[in-house]
Amino acid sequence: METARTDERTKLREIIARYHGEKSSLIAILQDIQEAYNYLPVAILKMVGQEMDIPLMRVYEVATFYNAFSLTPRGKNVVEVCAGTACHVKGAINLLENLERELEIKCGETTKDETFTLEQVRCLGCCSLAPVVRIDGNIHAYLTQQQIPDILRNYRK
Amino acid sequence: MAKCIIDGKKITAPDGTPILQAARDNGIDIPTLCSHESIEPSGACRLCVVEIKKGKRSKIVTSCLYQVEDGLEVDTKSERVMNVRRLVLALLLARNPASEVIREIAVKMGVNPQPRFKLDEDKGKCILCRLCVRTCADIVGVNAIGLSHRGPSKTVGPPFDEDSSACIGCGACAYVCPTGHILMEEKVDERKIWGRRFKMKACDTCGRYFAPLDQLEFISKKTGVSVADLSICTSCR
Ligand code: SF4
Ligand code: FES
Ligand code: FES
Repeated sequence: METARTDERTKLREIIARYHGEKSSLIAILQDIQEAYNYLPVAILKMVGQEMDIPLMRVYEVATFYNAFSLTPRGKNVVEVCAGTACHVKGAINLLENLERELEIKCGETTKDETFTLEQVRCLGCCSLAPVVRIDGNIHAYLTQQQIPDILRNYRK
Repeated sequence: MAKCIIDGKKITAPDGTPILQAARDNGIDIPTLCSHESIEPSGACRLCVVEIKKGKRSKIVTSCLYQVEDGLEVDTKSERVMNVRRLVLALLLARNPASEVIREIAVKMGVNPQPRFKLDEDKGKCILCRLCVRTCADIVGVNAIGLSHRGPSKTVGPPFDEDSSACIGCGACAYVCPTGHILMEEKVDERKIWGRRFKMKACDTCGRYFAPLDQLEFISKKTGVSVADLSICTSCR
């Protein structure tokens, strides 16, 4: 446990050093942490405060302000259902409900095995392909409910 | 010095004086929530709006921020001003139905809750003015609380919504809050705030419990004066 803590601290120090410990780089540092852990673990945020001499409250304010940051673990694959106007009209809600059933989680949650996180986003910028779902950065166009189980199976591997 | 006219009254005030202060110094009342004498104005509550005229143009500004200027004409109670203020109050009434302070101001101005604004149930009395946060950070120097999240879910409190380990129990936030959102429970030798209990220290001379031990330790650390030397209350010093 203790060594794990020390390892975490070394890892964090490396991230902070990339930005020469500049307090104004807090957002970039949090981004790198999110990249490394897939989310912002509480213990690491507390370390950020100590290492950078920034009150924990300020770190928490920034961490909770931006949608890009997550304070809860995210799955290996992030499933983003587009709920923009075009996709909404093309039945995005049905896709979302179907995905909730398939993954057995609610929108915003992560599966127990941490393979999937289900999220809703606004217009992904490819409305002509509506309805779209982005998984792990890949766009799945003209998606129908029937295709969902197969697609998920591919990501489960 | 700037010469201006507020509600028809000729007023001279030093450059840099906010309209709000110039008006109050001259017996003109403007309602406010987020203005406090020890903290720089921030224009958060929008209740203090007034109408200003420069030449032919007129506009609505927050009087706690806008400073007097030569030749400025200010109307603190015009129809336009009252409309804005009534709207601000109607929104506040919907956000903080529990706030006595807001209700009182609303009653005074004849504003009723409006059915078109749904009542919030989870905001308590907080109007998100940030006075408490800035007091804690800038005056006390502790940074125990802040505004986290954003949009409709923005809330005031300690990090991770846990008991605040940084808090020293001084109670300055509860004191400065205009709406009484922050609860501080006090028993003789104990105080509770932000979900944490603080042991109070009794004055070495008169025996009155006068400050949380954590606060004295914090001051001691900052100033180098020993806790023992700080253990006499202000009335006995
Ligand atoms: S708790 Fe009070 S002082 Fe703090 S932001 Fe809310 S209304 Fe303002
Ligand atoms: S609405 Fe879904 S991509 Fe534009
Ligand atoms: S007192 Fe001016 S905006 Fe609140």
